[in-house]
Amino acid sequence: MVRKRINPASGDPAAGNGIVSRRVFLEGAFIAGAAGVSASGAMAEPLIVQPWMKVPGAGFAGYGQPSQFESKVVRVFPPPPNPATQGVGPARTPLHLLEGMITPSGLHFERSHSGIPDIDPDQHRLVVHGLVKRPLVFTIEALSRYPMQSHIAFIECAGNSQTLNAPKAQPLNVTAIHGMLGCQEWTGVRLSTLLDEAGVDRSARWVIAEGADSAAMSRSVPLAKAMDDALICLYQNGERVRPSNGYPVRLLLPGFEGNMNVKWLRQLKLVAAPIMARNETSKYTVLLKDEKAWQFVFPMEVKSVITRPSPGITLKGPGFYEISGLAWSGNGRIRQVDVSADGGKSWAPAVLQGPILPMAPVRFRAAWQWDGGPAVLQSRAIDDTGTVQPTRTQFAAERGLRGVYHYNAIASWRIDEKGEATNVYS
Amino acid sequence: MCTLKCLAVCAAMLIAASDAASAQLPQFGQPIAPADIAPWDISIGPDGAGLPPGRGTVAQGEIIYAAKCQACHGEKGTGRPNDSLVGGTGSLGPDKVPVKTVGSYWPYATTLFDYIRRAMPFQESQSLSSDEVYAVSAYILHLNEIVGANDVLDAQSLPKVTMPNRDGFLLFPRNPK
Repeated sequence: MVRKRINPASGDPAAGNGIVSRRVFLEGAFIAGAAGVSASGAMAEPLIVQPWMKVPGAGFAGYGQPSQFESKVVRVFPPPPNPATQGVGPARTPLHLLEGMITPSGLHFERSHSGIPDIDPDQHRLVVHGLVKRPLVFTIEALSRYPMQSHIAFIECAGNSQTLNAPKAQPLNVTAIHGMLGCQEWTGVRLSTLLDEAGVDRSARWVIAEGADSAAMSRSVPLAKAMDDALICLYQNGERVRPSNGYPVRLLLPGFEGNMNVKWLRQLKLVAAPIMARNETSKYTVLLKDEKAWQFVFPMEVKSVITRPSPGITLKGPGFYEISGLAWSGNGRIRQVDVSADGGKSWAPAVLQGPILPMAPVRFRAAWQWDGGPAVLQSRAIDDTGTVQPTRTQFAAERGLRGVYHYNAIASWRIDEKGEATNVYS
Repeated sequence: MCTLKCLAVCAAMLIAASDAASAQLPQFGQPIAPADIAPWDISIGPDGAGLPPGRGTVAQGEIIYAAKCQACHGEKGTGRPNDSLVGGTGSLGPDKVPVKTVGSYWPYATTLFDYIRRAMPFQESQSLSSDEVYAVSAYILHLNEIVGANDVLDAQSLPKVTMPNRDGFLLFPRNPK
């Protein structure tokens, strides 16, 4: 096989400040003198036979665990502001330590409003009632008998990235800022199947979804979404849904803001108008520049973030680096992601790693030849509706920076001469 | 010939499959009487639909608040360590730092009743009687100068309370059709 050799002098530039052509990924080409030789040029140590090759390894385990050397790869959560109300708030996905598009089940972020209930699946019930012909109760055993579907979908908390609304950029890493994002293969029963069985009354327009946690967390969901692609999920990445993600059954509304995907689902009440629950009035509404606020902001709009390099991952001297990140849209598929190393002055398209699915994150990759000087790394996603991820200035011009929720503007990591990354506004 | 034959076989299989499907549509839900759903049917509409019988006064609410709410929400609802429930009036305007409380931000008084009943007090959800929920709601609304000191809240009066930010919300313009 003949490998294409990219001009080592220029590095096949695609955008300013060292962004190299994505042909390095697409065609298996490599950059001589940059990728192929270690920075020091020193010879490696002689190889030895490691001790773990000289004795048999451990026996089997019922449920596999990560290596003991990966113990730092855990969800990140701040201590509760009030110890009496622990279990309120988020535990974030450690995006800076993960790759690919699927989040490990135990690392999927959680956002709970009153802790994680310990639910016995045999005693759990899901009731469908209100404006229906036949109010129905479903056991988990009954739900498990229906034909199932899988949907690889992201869930993102509406409050994700909210610290980027602050007037000054905070010294936080990608996990602290953007870690309320996860993607699973969700499997379960189509909600429309259950609603058809109950017989939806013509006057119904909304469904109140309610959880079995001690907040009885409730949201009004448009009937159109419920009948379209909503899923009553029993499985997450092939195993039963984890308690922190809604065991034994949760709602999935692909692309919609996180808390509408009600966990520990116990009730679906069909109604003519939204119920104006606490979490769709006093919270999860977006205060605009004037005194008005957007209500019922359903889709998480097109967004992307670079996970590597990012704060805490120090570059080891000038040379080749892969810029890797995630892009997603609650309105469809990702069409394109561009990356910049000069704070958005010039852009080059990144490689999108398939499968590219609707309402699922895409892993993007770009090749970067760092010259050791200052740089500002950015990514900009475009979805298949043609919507382009806004700059922070464009975002603020539309709605101001008081909205808390649904922040989706382009994010920036400044790289200094030491190779350290910092959250900045650019 | 072969194609025609194949088509005929396929068509026959499709008919058989659809017959079988219609005969065996999965229906595993169990009917339940509305009265048996009642203990779970706690959502209150903005028109007051679902409000239970009962009544509560501001004075009664003050006593319950001090005993069961104040530790998290502060004296007279001023907040800390958890959300403040009063104040912030006029803070939503342009270039101001918004203070979003029941008084300044919540558009419906029914939401207050709904939320207290389903989720508060934090350590003992759904432990308050309907009278107590009406009373605490009345007290919090009174702290925000929305109801008078002698007002009584019940299923008739609560939905008639007009919240200051009732018209503060717009539908998001880019929701899916």
